[in-house]
Amino acid sequence: MTSAKTLYDKIWDAHVVHQADDGTCLLYIDRHLVHEVTSPQAFEGLRMTGRKVRAPERTIAVPDHNVPTTAGRDTHIDNAESRIQVEALDRNARDFGVHYYPVSDIRQGIVHIVGPEQGWTLPGMTVVCGDSHTATHGAFGALAHGIGTSEVEHVLATQTLIQRKAKNMKVEITGSLRPGVTAKDITLSVIGATGTAGGTGHVIEYCGQAIRELSMEGRMTVCNMAIEGGARAGLIAPDEKTFAYVMGRPHAPKGAAWEAALAWWKTLYTDEGAQFDKVVTLRGEDIAPVVTWGTSPEDVLPITGVVPDPESFTGGKVDAVRRSLDYMGLTPGQKLSEIAIDTVFIGSCTNGRIEDLRAAAAILKGKKKKDGLRAMVVPGSGLVRAQAEEEGLAQIFIDAGFEWRLAGCSMCLAMNPDQLSPGERCAATSNRNFEGRQGRGGRTHLLSPAMAAAAAVTGRLTDVREMM
Amino acid sequence: MTPFTTLTGIAAPMPLVNIDTDMIIPKQFLKTIARTGLGRNLFDEMRYTSDGAEIPGFVLNQPAYRSAQIIVAGDNFGCGSSREHAPWALLDFGIRCVISTSFADIFYNNCFKNGILPVVLPEDQVAALMEDARRGANARMAVDLEAQTVTASDGTTFHFQIDPFRKHCLMNGLDDIGLSLEKVASIDAFEARAATLRPWV
Repeated sequence: MTSAKTLYDKIWDAHVVHQADDGTCLLYIDRHLVHEVTSPQAFEGLRMTGRKVRAPERTIAVPDHNVPTTAGRDTHIDNAESRIQVEALDRNARDFGVHYYPVSDIRQGIVHIVGPEQGWTLPGMTVVCGDSHTATHGAFGALAHGIGTSEVEHVLATQTLIQRKAKNMKVEITGSLRPGVTAKDITLSVIGATGTAGGTGHVIEYCGQAIRELSMEGRMTVCNMAIEGGARAGLIAPDEKTFAYVMGRPHAPKGAAWEAALAWWKTLYTDEGAQFDKVVTLRGEDIAPVVTWGTSPEDVLPITGVVPDPESFTGGKVDAVRRSLDYMGLTPGQKLSEIAIDTVFIGSCTNGRIEDLRAAAAILKGKKKKDGLRAMVVPGSGLVRAQAEEEGLAQIFIDAGFEWRLAGCSMCLAMNPDQLSPGERCAATSNRNFEGRQGRGGRTHLLSPAMAAAAAVTGRLTDVREMM
Repeated sequence: MTPFTTLTGIAAPMPLVNIDTDMIIPKQFLKTIARTGLGRNLFDEMRYTSDGAEIPGFVLNQPAYRSAQIIVAGDNFGCGSSREHAPWALLDFGIRCVISTSFADIFYNNCFKNGILPVVLPEDQVAALMEDARRGANARMAVDLEAQTVTASDGTTFHFQIDPFRKHCLMNGLDDIGLSLEKVASIDAFEARAATLRPWV
C-alpha cells in the first residue's frame, strides 16, 4: 500500500520545489501572513541585502498583537514601542507592496481570523506566518504552521521554506460530543492525553465523526492548538462544510476557477490504507467540559475534577507541577469548581470567532456577571465584531456587564494594555496558561467560551452544564 | 551568522520541563524592532523581581553560571510561541548550545538560524550532563559539532545526531536565503507549473 497517501503527504507533494539527496526540501508557500511583532527584523533584512518580496500578491499583513482594543487606536497608540512596531508594519506593507489591513480597516483583526474570513486560506494550500498559531488554517485542509523571523525573511525573499517532512499522526475523535462540550474541550483533552510534546515532529490529522460534526469555527479551534500539543501543524480534510464556508469569500476563486478548485479540493483526503506513524483515539462521548489548573496546556482536567497532587506525576513533571501549583496558588485536592476568579477574557485566535461569541452569549443572555469581576470580550476581527452587533450578541455582553472591545490579540498574550496584575486569576478562552503569559504573576485557566461565560456569572470556575 | 564549530564552556543546569519561549523572553520585550540587546532580559521573570532586582536563587544569577555558554535543560525546551526573540536573547546573553531530551519544533529551527546548536540526547545522558552542570564553574563541557559529541568535565563523551544539511550550514555560518536563491530557476519552474495546475491559488 505504498501508494496510499495521507492528506499531509498529498499537500506536501504538491508543493515540493526541490528535493536534495538527503531529503531536505524547498517547499513552495502559497500564502504568507505577516503581523507587526515578528516581521520588522525580516523586512529590515531584505533592505540590508537589497532583496525584494518575491510574491507580494501572496503576502498579507495585519497588525494584531500590539494594538489596543479601545477606541481611538486608529489615530494614536499611547505605548511608544507598540506604536513604532505598528508604524513599521504600515511602512513595510507600503514599501514592499503587500496586501494590508491597517487598524482603521473594519477587516483588521487577528491574522488567523482575517485569513480565512477574507478567503486567503483555501484547501490544499501551504500557509505560514511568524506565529505559532498558524496551525489554525489547517481546519481548511491547508498545511499551515508557524515560523521564526529568519524564516519569515526567507519566505519573503524566496516564497519557499527549507523543510524536512514531518511524520504523520492521526487523532481520531469517534462518536458525538455531549451537550455543553465544544471544540475547545476536544483540543484541550487531546493535549491532556498526549502531552505538550506528544505531537513533536508530527503533523496531526484530526478526523472522526466528532470532528466532522464541528463547524468550520470549531475546526479552527481544534487545529489552532495543535501547536500546544507540540505538532508542527494540524489538518482536517476539507468537506462540504469547508467548501460552503469558503464560497463567496473575497479572495476565494469564482466561476470556472471555483469549479476547477473544487475538483482538486475533493481529492484532499487520506487514502484508505495510508500509514500513520502515531495514532491517538478519543471517544467523543468521554470528553467533558475541561479547564486547565496549571501552567502548561497539558495540565487539564474535567471541571468535575480536583487539583492533582504533584506526587501523582513522574519524572521532571513532579517538580514542574509543584512549581505550577505554587504559581497558581492552588492546593492538591481542591475542587476545580470552587476556584474563584477575578477576570474573564473571551477572545483570541482560538476562540474569537462568531460562533464562540454566540456560545458565550447563549449562556449570558438575561444574566449579569458577578459583582466586582472584570469581564472582557475581544472579537477576533472587525467583521466578527460587526456581525455580533448585528445579531444582538454585543448587547447581551454589555447588559451582562462585559466590556465590548475592538479586535486584536489582546489579553491572550498581553502585549497591549490588556493585562493581568500579579495574582489576578483569569478564566480565558485563549491558548496558553504559561507563567506570566497574560501579565506577570497572572494566573490563567483555559476553557471554552461557554465555560468562560458560566464562570463570569458565578465568579468561579463552573460546569456550564449546570446552566444549560 | 557566526559559525559554530567547537565550544568549551560552563553549562547551566535548568532541569525544569517545558521551559517555554514566554519564560525565555517575556512578551514585553518583543516590541523591539532589532535582533540584539535582548540578553539582559533573558528569563526575565525568573531572573528579576518585579522591581528589577536579581533573584539570587536563579541559576544564571549565581556567580558560577553568570558566564554560562551552555544550558542543560529539561524535556521539551522552547515550547510555545514561535518568537525568534528567544534564541536572540539566548545568543545575546552568550548561550551557544542547549542540551535537552527534546525541543519544540519551531524553536529548534530558529536556533540554527542564529548559530545556536540544540543538542538532543537520551534521558540518561542528559541526566548525567545535568549532574555535571550542577558542579558549577568547575564543570566545563566541550561540544564538537564536526565530531557530533558532547564531552563532560570527567571526559565522558556522548555522541549526538544532527541533520547533515543543518550541520553544514551551522559549521559554515551560511545564509540559507542565499542558498535557496541559487535554486531560483526551480522556483520559477514550480510557479509556472502551479499556475497551470492550480491557477486559483
